[in-house]
Amino acid sequence: MNFFDWPFALEILPRLLDASLATLGIALAGFAIAVVLGLFLAIGRRSRQRWLSWPITGLIEFIRSTPLLIQVYFLFYVLPNYGLQLSALQAGIIGIALHYACYTAEVYRAGLDAVPRAQWEAVTALNMRPWTAYRDVILPQALRPVLPALGNYLISILKDTPVLSAITVVEIMQRAKNIGSESFRYLEPITLVGLFFLILSLGLAWCVRRLENRMEPAR
Amino acid sequence: MNTPVQPDGTLSPTLGPEQPEQPEQPMVRFAGVTKRYGELTVLDGLDLDVQEGEKVAIIGPSGSGKSTLLRALMTLEEIDEGVIEVDGEPLTHMPDASGRLVRANTRHLRRVRGNVGMVFQSFNLFPHMSVRQNVMEAPVQVLGLAKSEARERAEELLAMVGLEDKLEHFPAQLSGGQQQRVAIARALAMRPKVMLFDEVTSALDPELCGEVLNVIRRLGEAHNLTMLMVTHQMGFAREFADRVCFFHQGRIHEQGTPDELFNQPREDRTREFLSAVNEAS
Ligand SMILES: Nc1ncnc2c1ncn2[C@@H]1O[C@H](COP(=O)(O)OP(=O)(O)OP(=O)(O)O)[C@@H](O)[C@H]1O
Ligand SMILES: [Mg+2]
Repeated sequence: MNFFDWPFALEILPRLLDASLATLGIALAGFAIAVVLGLFLAIGRRSRQRWLSWPITGLIEFIRSTPLLIQVYFLFYVLPNYGLQLSALQAGIIGIALHYACYTAEVYRAGLDAVPRAQWEAVTALNMRPWTAYRDVILPQALRPVLPALGNYLISILKDTPVLSAITVVEIMQRAKNIGSESFRYLEPITLVGLFFLILSLGLAWCVRRLENRMEPAR
Repeated sequence: MNTPVQPDGTLSPTLGPEQPEQPEQPMVRFAGVTKRYGELTVLDGLDLDVQEGEKVAIIGPSGSGKSTLLRALMTLEEIDEGVIEVDGEPLTHMPDASGRLVRANTRHLRRVRGNVGMVFQSFNLFPHMSVRQNVMEAPVQVLGLAKSEARERAEELLAMVGLEDKLEHFPAQLSGGQQQRVAIARALAMRPKVMLFDEVTSALDPELCGEVLNVIRRLGEAHNLTMLMVTHQMGFAREFADRVCFFHQGRIHEQGTPDELFNQPREDRTREFLSAVNEAS
């Protein structure tokens, strides 16, 4: 039997903590890009201009039907053949951002669809430009109900960051594997990784909930 | 404008007595307007001229195309044939380089549409904005008014509709009649030349209709505003309108002064409709 070696766990803790910050940073950066990009994708997809809406629809469907792992592989190992050399971290963040932008785009779409058509008629009757209409009238109504769903994707992203260990990004999983192969002990590093994810997920969930409460209408 | 200002500050019209009177230009003109939904023809080669300042009531059975008429004029629906003009300018179309009329692009629509405002049956206020913000939004964003100026205009209009004490309320905190009055103020804040009202009291409890109709009545007196109003309230149409149009199957089946149309209708359909309405109420 292999018992949990507490001194060893303490010894590797700083290295894992260090890498957990990378994990958190990647997740936050990927999420930040995904929520902005996803919004543009959702609005573009609704456009009446087919040259805009069709490619976006295709991109969203394509990315959502293929695994993140393959997408980051493509960015990191295939793109250099075409002269685009990304660092592992860049490829990882871009991969996550793009992948989840396509999911958040669908969330936004649901929110936008839920805004009554009559609101669009009102902004047309007031002669507002589409951009102003989105910013001041449509989005404020579309976003509030979908904030929880968006927040949940932050946690999904966090839990997907270990995929990036496949392209050598040194996030927490990669660090744990390295420790394991150096010491031939996997129990402690992998257990600690699980624990870190638990703490980070709960922490993020708490932050998201606080943010939602703050966005509640003051009525 | 080249209207000369007299020494005493009054304006004198440029048209002297020797100049021929200009033919009066309608404020709104529908010329052969057809609108179809698939097989269904909702507006059927419709012709309608409305003069500046004229108040036209539109009545007719459900599904006869009354809302479609207003919505086409507000550019909420595209028409299939014909042209709609506002203030002497084509709205749905624009002249191309050779002067031929082609379908209006967004820019043209935006420019000419500014002459028209609309009030909807279901109010369509912005639920996340206060009453004041609802009225200020478009003047600031579309007309480019300074915030202070837009605020002044909003407060003035909201006072006119009797809501000066509800400025900070949200639409959900108001009664239907109050919401509809905000919607009227919001449309007026854009200073349209033509106002469209589509059954603006139909969603209201009967006891709240009066306050909305009073506002519209006052608008009619105080402004040289052209108004087109779809209504089921024959009493109001009779008292308010200069002309009543009876709609049937996408056409104006009969029109005339309220007295002509209500008291001595010529067409069987009109009589049938009026007696059906009278029985219902
Ligand atoms: N988007 C649409 N698609 C298909 N048919 C439509 C659409 N909008 C309206 N119609 C049809 O067009 C016809 C005219 O509609 P419209 O709303 O103009 O009637 P209306 O005279 O305003 O009736 P009501 O008094 O009930 O409001 C109706 O038969 C309606 O079913
Ligand atoms: Mg109607």
